[in-house]
Amino acid sequence: MKHLTRSPIDPAALLAEVSDSARGGTALFLGTVRRSEQDGPVRAIEYTAYEEMAEAECQKILAEAEDRWPEARCTIIHRLGEVPAGEASIAVAAAAPHRAEAFTACRYVIEEAKKRLPIWKRELMDDGTRRWRENQEGTTERWASRSS
Amino acid sequence: MTASRQVPVAAGTSITVRFRFFARYAELLGKNESSVTLKAPATVADAVRALRERVPGAQALPEHPLVALNREHVLYDRPVSDGDELALLPPLAGG
Repeated sequence: MKHLTRSPIDPAALLAEVSDSARGGTALFLGTVRRSEQDGPVRAIEYTAYEEMAEAECQKILAEAEDRWPEARCTIIHRLGEVPAGEASIAVAAAAPHRAEAFTACRYVIEEAKKRLPIWKRELMDDGTRRWRENQEGTTERWASRSS
Repeated sequence: MTASRQVPVAAGTSITVRFRFFARYAELLGKNESSVTLKAPATVADAVRALRERVPGAQALPEHPLVALNREHVLYDRPVSDGDELALLPPLAGG
């Protein structure tokens, strides 16, 4: 699967995928697993997916971005399995002739991914407990910014 | 990937829909998939209702979970056809 991986994300590989001498602006977004006073002692997050659909949905989102910004090239990758705190769980790269389109296309892809990818996460805590975390109503805003 | 195949089906014909469960829903039901047979014509809403009535443990699911038909987000009024895959998606949490 091109857009899902069980290995650490390599941002350089993503940048290489979208780079071209005609595209002078490149934006890279990394979402990392957070451990903070507010989030609690999160050791790692375990991600699972409806993999066939997540892959198809990534391709649709990228096609939409390239329809909207035809001169841009975008890519996305989401990590599955156990991702330790501090490591990236998702990355988006967008390159365009100028920075405005690069930032806008990158933002579009990450926001649509958060809304549409059939992916779930369970926090693994230092004390061995686990808890599902969801983008539920009322917590949407908090969760929408969890990895930003 | 296409949405529900829009093949006309004679009323009363049996259609079987394969359900898939993920994350918390798979834990709730203790399994990853199940099949339900319905009479045509039927919609996503009919299939989810039948699942909740017939499959042990499915009452514990929300009444209207997010659904994907053949790997595409859909609403409950979408018709279902024999052989369709209907996934019940817990609230999404990617990223």
